[in-house]
Amino acid sequence: MFWIAVSVKAGLPDPRGEALQKDIHDLGITAVTQARVSDIYLLAGNFTEAEVGRICQELLADPVVHEYSFEEAFLSPDEHAHFIEVAYNPGVMDPVEESVRKGIRDLGIATVESVKTAKRYFLWGELSEQDLKTICDKLLVNPVIQHMVTKQEAASLPPATYDFSLQSIELRSLDDAMLMELSKNRLWLNLSEMKRIQDYFSRLGRNPTDVELETLAQTWSEHCVHKTFKGKIKLDQLTIDNLLKSTIMRVTEELEKPWCLSVFSDNAGVIDFDGRYAICFKVETHNHPSAVEPYGGAATGIGGVIRDPLGTGLGSKPILNTDVFCFAPPDSPYQSLPQGVLHPRRILKGVRAGVADYANRLGIPTLNGAILFDQRYVGNPLVFCGTVGLLPKNMSQRGQQQPGDLVVLVGGSTGRDGIHGVTFASGELTSESEEISSTSVQIGNPIMEKKLIDVLLKARDYGLYRRITDCGGGGLSSAVGEMAAETGVRVYLERVPLKYSGLSYTEIWLSESQERMVVAAPPSTVDQLIHLFASEDVAATVIGEFTDDRRLQLFYNGNLVGDLDMEFLHHGLPQLEREAVWKPLQHEEPDFPQPADLREEILLILGSWNVCSKEWVIRQYDHEVQGGSVLKPLVGINNDGPGDAAIIKPILDSDMGIIVSNGINPKYGDIDPYWMAASAIDEALRQVIAVGGSLRRVALLDNFCWGNPERPDRLGGLVRAAQACYDMAIAYETPFISGKDSLYNEYETEKGSICIPPTLLISAVAVMDHVEQSLSMDCKREGDLIYIVGTTYDELGGSHYYAIHGYVGNSVPRVDPKKGKMQMDALSAATAKRLVRACHDLSEGGLGVAAAEMAFAGELGMVIHLAKVPLGDPTFRKIRDDFVLFSESNTRFLVEVTPKDKHQFETMMAGADCAAIGEVISDKRLEVYGLKGERVLSAPLAELKEAWQKPLRW
Amino acid sequence: MASIKTLMLRAPGTNCDGETAFAFEQAHSQVEFVHINELVHHPKLLSEYQIMVIPGGFTYGDDISAGKILANELRLKLGEEIQKFIADGRLILGICNGFQVMVKAGILPELSPQLTLAGNDSGRFECRWVYLRVNETSPCIFTRGIDMMYLPVAHGEGKVVTEPGIPNIALRYADETGNINAGYPHNPNGSIDNIAGICDASGRIFALMPHPERFIRWTQHPRWTREPARERGDGFRIFENAVAWAKTI
Repeated sequence: MFWIAVSVKAGLPDPRGEALQKDIHDLGITAVTQARVSDIYLLAGNFTEAEVGRICQELLADPVVHEYSFEEAFLSPDEHAHFIEVAYNPGVMDPVEESVRKGIRDLGIATVESVKTAKRYFLWGELSEQDLKTICDKLLVNPVIQHMVTKQEAASLPPATYDFSLQSIELRSLDDAMLMELSKNRLWLNLSEMKRIQDYFSRLGRNPTDVELETLAQTWSEHCVHKTFKGKIKLDQLTIDNLLKSTIMRVTEELEKPWCLSVFSDNAGVIDFDGRYAICFKVETHNHPSAVEPYGGAATGIGGVIRDPLGTGLGSKPILNTDVFCFAPPDSPYQSLPQGVLHPRRILKGVRAGVADYANRLGIPTLNGAILFDQRYVGNPLVFCGTVGLLPKNMSQRGQQQPGDLVVLVGGSTGRDGIHGVTFASGELTSESEEISSTSVQIGNPIMEKKLIDVLLKARDYGLYRRITDCGGGGLSSAVGEMAAETGVRVYLERVPLKYSGLSYTEIWLSESQERMVVAAPPSTVDQLIHLFASEDVAATVIGEFTDDRRLQLFYNGNLVGDLDMEFLHHGLPQLEREAVWKPLQHEEPDFPQPADLREEILLILGSWNVCSKEWVIRQYDHEVQGGSVLKPLVGINNDGPGDAAIIKPILDSDMGIIVSNGINPKYGDIDPYWMAASAIDEALRQVIAVGGSLRRVALLDNFCWGNPERPDRLGGLVRAAQACYDMAIAYETPFISGKDSLYNEYETEKGSICIPPTLLISAVAVMDHVEQSLSMDCKREGDLIYIVGTTYDELGGSHYYAIHGYVGNSVPRVDPKKGKMQMDALSAATAKRLVRACHDLSEGGLGVAAAEMAFAGELGMVIHLAKVPLGDPTFRKIRDDFVLFSESNTRFLVEVTPKDKHQFETMMAGADCAAIGEVISDKRLEVYGLKGERVLSAPLAELKEAWQKPLRW
Repeated sequence: MASIKTLMLRAPGTNCDGETAFAFEQAHSQVEFVHINELVHHPKLLSEYQIMVIPGGFTYGDDISAGKILANELRLKLGEEIQKFIADGRLILGICNGFQVMVKAGILPELSPQLTLAGNDSGRFECRWVYLRVNETSPCIFTRGIDMMYLPVAHGEGKVVTEPGIPNIALRYADETGNINAGYPHNPNGSIDNIAGICDASGRIFALMPHPERFIRWTQHPRWTREPARERGDGFRIFENAVAWAKTI
C-alpha cells in the first residue's frame, strides 16, 4: 500500500491554506502564521514504485503547481509544522475515490484494489495542544463522518459477510406497554397504530418479519404520510378532519385552474407552461442531517429535491434551484451554544458549500433564495431546497406500470446510508467486532446524479419506461412500495448492487443511499434501457417485477422475507387525533421616543443579518448556467443590488419566462402564525409583480417547519397558518400545487426544549408571456418620480425597527387580499404597458430599506416625503415618522415612473392606494422628509450600502 | 456548400452542452452531442466534424483537479485522432472546463512554457461578469473583429499559472475601459498576466475561462433592464467566427 501526498509547490500560494488560516483566525486563534493543505491518497493493490510514480505525475499532481511524495508507509510529517490528518470514517464514501480509480485504469494500470482519500493540514506558529484541539473540533473534524488519522490505516474495509437468517419479531403476545416499548426509538408509531399492526398479524396467524414491521413503520411515518396534516384536530369547538384537504388542497380544488396539470399526486406539482411544455416545482427540507453534518446534509438535501422533478410525470429536466436557509446568528458566542450543536457560522458555511458544490456540478442555476437568522434555529437550522423542472406537457402525468413490467433500479449503489439505529460489524478492523454507528449522513455524489439525469432523460425520450419515481427518504421501501400500491410487486433483494458486502435484506430494502431512481419498464424495452444506461456508465438493474395481486412480496435468495397486503400497507393506518389550542400571544408594547434623526436606525436595519447583502453566498452559486437567466439575483448598475425574484427563459428560442420567488418571515409568527402565513403569501406574490409578472398564472408551494405537533399550542399555531393559506390563496386565485412539512424541530437541552420559531416558506412560480417585460429594482434615471403603491398602516409588530429597539410588539402586518389583488392587478397592467422603470417590494425594514436599496443599486439618490404616504388608519397611533418609514405593512411597492408617463400611470392606478412620494435625484444621498416637512434622514448612499454589505463580506 | 458540423463532447459532469449547442445552431452550424465513451469506441467519428467543442461543466466532478480525468482520457485514448484533427486544419474550442481539459491534455499551449489552471486566488468558486480585452496581435480566428467583450465567468479553478512571455494570449481580463491591470474582481481569479484565454499559433485551437455561450442574446446581460438594447450578446461573434472559418476548410 502506498501513501501519496500532493501539495502546492513551496513558494506558490495555497488558497485552501489561506482560507483555513482565516477561519482559524475567526476562531480567535491568531498565532497561525501560515497554513497549507495536502491531499492524501492511499492506494492499495499490486503496483510497482514506477507505476505509483506515473500515477502521481500523470494523474494526481499538476506538473506546474504541485509537488508530491509517496512512501509505502504512513508518511512522516514535516517537523517544522503542526499537522493534522483527517479521513472519512469507514462506510462514508468519498466520490473522489471512484474518480481516482477510473483515472488509474485510464493510465492502463489495472491492479488498483482500493483508494482512500484524506486531507493533511499543516499549521505554522506557536500553537498549544488546546489550540490544535479547538481547531480540530471547531473546523476540521466532524466525528459524524470523519476522524483524525494518527497511524497507518487500511485503505478499505475488509469484506464483510452476511449470513442469512429470517428475523421474525414477537408481536402477537405483547401487551400495550410492551408494544410501546418495541415502538420506542425504532418504529416511532403510537399505540393505536401498533395495535392495528398487531391485529393484522393476529388475523394472519403469524408474527411479522423485521422487514415487514420496518416497512409498515416507514410507510406510516410522519415523514411519508403527514399524519398530523391528515389527522383529526380539535381546536376549541372545531374539529378539523384533515387539515391539508380542508385548507391547502381545497384552494386548488375550488379554483379549478385548467393549467394545473398534476397537483399533490406526484413528486412535484405540475402546471402548464406554453401548451407544449409543462413546469414542475418542489421544495423540501433537509434540516436534521444539515444540523449534524452541514456539508453532507445540505448536499444530499439539494440532491434529493432535484430527484423530485426528475421523478415527476415521466421525468423532467431540472432547470432552476432555490435555497432558503435559517440559522442562528453567525456571531453567536461559543459559550451561548447548547451542548452538542455546531456553531451557526460553521453550519452556514457548510450548508452553503454543500448546496453549491452539488448544484454547481449538476449545472442547475441557483437563482433565488433567502437566508434568515434567529437564535432559536441554533439546534435546528432549516435548509429548504427547491427545484423547478421542465418537461413535455404530454409527459406531465404520473405513469402507470402494467403487471409484468419490471422494476429497474438505476443510478448509484446501495450502502447502509441513512439506516438509523442499525449498527454494523466492521469485520477485521480490530480483533474484536466493533460497533460503528452507521452513517446517517452521506456526502453525496453529484456526478453520479448528473449522469443519471442525462441518461434518464434520453431513456424518457426513447420511451423506454412507463413510470418513474425517485428513491429518497425511505429508500426502496418507499419508492417501490408506493409505486406498486395499485398493482403489487415482487422484489428480489439480492439483486440490488451494493457499495460493500455484508448488508442484510432489511438494510437493502430500507437504505436511503442517494442518487438512485426506480423505473417501471416493459419487458420489451428493458434490454435497450439497460444498454443505454451502460453506454453512459450508469447501472440499471432489474430487481423485481410488478404483479396484479396487490401484494408486496420481498425475496432474498429465494426466501420469502416479507409479504404484505397493499391495502393494509397504504390504507391501514388509523387516523391520528390531536388536540390544539390557540391563544393570541401578548408581547410588551414598545415604548420609546422617536429619534430625531433616523440615520442610525436605518443603518442598523440595513446591517442586520436578515436584511444585509447575501452577495458572498450568491456569487458562489452558478446563476448563469443553462443560459436562461433573465433576471439574476444581483441587479443594478454594479450587479450587486438585491433583486426581488428570479426570471428564467427555460426554452432559449422562446420569449416566455418563469418567475420564481419566495415569502418567509418567522418574526410575525411570534405574534400570530395566521398573519405570518398571510404575509408570506403576499410577499411571494408581490415579488412576482415587482419583477413585471402578473397573477394570471401563479402556483404556490407550502413548506411548514414547526415544533412538536403533540404540544397543543404548537399545533394551534399550525392550524391558524394553514387557515391563512386557504383564505389568502383563494382570494389571490393562486392555487397550491405541492408542499411538505417538517415537524418536531425542537432541540432538547438541560434547560428545556428550544423550539424553532414557527416557519412557513411560501414559494411561488409564475409564467410570464414576454420576458422583455421584466423589471429590475434599481433606480434608473434622475428626475423620475417615485410612487408608493399600497397602504401603510401602524404595523410594526415583528418588524426590524422594533427588533433593533428590543421589542416584538403586537401590531403584526395584516393582509387584505381583496384589495391586495386589485392593487397588484393594476400595477401589473401598468408594468405590462412599460410605464414602470423600476419596482421594489416593501418587506423587512419597510419603505426606508426599500428606498435605500433602490437608490444604491442604481447609484442614484432619492428624496422621499413621508407626508405624502397614504396611511390606512387616520388615527395611526401616535403618527410618527419612524413608524411610517419602517412599518412593514403588506402589499406595498415602490415604483419609479418617468415624468412623461405620470398621467397614464396614475390613470391606470386609479382606485389603488398610490401616491407620488418622491423623486430620483443625482445627488447620491437618501433624503427623507417627515410628516411635518422637516428632514428626518439624510445619508450618503455609500454609507447605506456599506452598512448593508459589510456583515456578510467574508 | 455542405453545412458545418460541430461535435459537442459530453462526459460525466458536462453541463454547458445545451446552451453551447444553441449558440452554434444560432450561428448556423449543425451540432451533434457525442459522449466520450462513444468517441473512445469510435475515434474515427471525429473526422466527420469541422469543429470540436469541449463545453463547460465539472467533468468527473473535477475530482483530483479540474478537468484532469477527461484530459487523460483524451490524451491517452484519442491523442492521435486529435492531433490529426488539428493537422487537418479543423477547429477546437474549449470553454471553462474545456479550457482546463485542453491544458491538462496538452492540447494547449502547444509549446512550452508549461501552463495550468489552478484554484482562484480568492479560494472560492465565483460567478460574476467580467470585461475582456482581445489581444489584437493574437492569431485567434474566434476573436476576429472583436475588441472588448463582457461575459460571465463561473469557476473555482481558473487562475492561469505560467511563465511570463507565453505566446498566443488571445484574451485578457480588463475593466470597463479596457485597462487590463485593474486587479480583482476584474481579474476574478488572479491569472498571471490577466490571461483569460489562449490559442495555438494557427489561431484555430482556442480555449477560454469565460462563457461566450451565456451571452448571445441581449436579455442575458445582467443590466439589460437598464441599458439600451442591442441585437446580439457579445459572445455570439465567437460562434459566428468559428462557423465562418469552418466553411473555408
